[in-house]
Amino acid sequence: MVLNWKTGGLLLGLVFFAAVLLVKPIGVSTQFVILDGIVADAVSPDFISRTEDGYTSTNAYMAKSDGKYAKSAANPLNYSFIFVLAMAAGAFLSARLRGGIDAEERAAPAIWRANYGDTPMMRYAVAFLGGFIVLYGARLAGGCTSGHMMSGMMQTALSGYIFAAGAFAAAIPTAMLMYKRG
Amino acid sequence: MTSILLAIVIGAAFGAVLDRIGATNPNWIGGMLTLRRLHLMKTILLAIGTGSILMFGGQMLGLVDVGHMSVKAAYIGVFIGGLLLGAGWAASGYCPGTGVCAAASGRKDALFFIAGGLFGAAAYMATYPAWKASGLLDDLAGGKVTLGSVPGASYDGLMALSGDLLGIAIGAVFVLVAFVLPDSLVGGGRRTAEIPAE
Repeated sequence: MVLNWKTGGLLLGLVFFAAVLLVKPIGVSTQFVILDGIVADAVSPDFISRTEDGYTSTNAYMAKSDGKYAKSAANPLNYSFIFVLAMAAGAFLSARLRGGIDAEERAAPAIWRANYGDTPMMRYAVAFLGGFIVLYGARLAGGCTSGHMMSGMMQTALSGYIFAAGAFAAAIPTAMLMYKRG
Repeated sequence: MTSILLAIVIGAAFGAVLDRIGATNPNWIGGMLTLRRLHLMKTILLAIGTGSILMFGGQMLGLVDVGHMSVKAAYIGVFIGGLLLGAGWAASGYCPGTGVCAAASGRKDALFFIAGGLFGAAAYMATYPAWKASGLLDDLAGGKVTLGSVPGASYDGLMALSGDLLGIAIGAVFVLVAFVLPDSLVGGGRRTAEIPAE
């Protein structure tokens, strides 16, 4: 069901090009911060506040760059946040149209079961920890695979190359150690 | 309102393509990162090259607004953050975008990835002042720079070369590498058949 790499690569490249042609380069990881901000502000309404010319937050990261993250969290109906929701909808529809994913695979992917057997709970724990490290790292780096690696290298940004070097330097040995089979 | 419509159209296209190239499937990510199945690597390299050639070519022809470029700053933390992301990406098989798409396509483990991600992002929000104070977020080599100097861009070039032509040349290299890269760099690549795509 997976597209030939020539077709897939061309389509993915066209999407990245369309984004920069029509709006701006694609990025995703910031929206995890925005969703955290929305939740934090719902729980404690002082988290984000209005200033004379914009927004600020009691959290230094939310308040940085003249409160641009605070502004987005206060107004979730913005391009980047809707983009991520639409991305999820697009993946949902695409997966549905190709017949979905079977129950065993939904709980834990084949490569996990090939190495660790039928242990979905352990898989969930690793996915949770992995998610934690991925987003902590993405925010430290200022972007993720989409924003830094794809959009960044596409624009010949120095930061994109530094990021990709770091990501693959850690990812390849980690994958080789953890997934010897499959 | 136009921007919201564009967000919906481009976002949905991005999610659908990520699903169809196998990027939301940990089996494919694992195959790529263990160097056993490089199909996805070839896809990604071709995509970066295609995007680069179209963007810089379009800018040279005046069809693409240079002001739409958005270059992120370079600093030591980019490399450290890249290392962390890489480790988590390999362990889980997901990165932020593909994790969200995988959850939407029905993968339960990806929901745990997203939950972990929200906590990880919150942890960074809480520890940001310490990183800021450490100096590891200070600009490196000019910060927001491109490799060449792109005419009309608000970013400096690392080299005095034409950023447009360099961008097209590097894009062409990405495309070339996508074509010459073998399907597998280590033994076991032929096991693809044993692993169902889904």
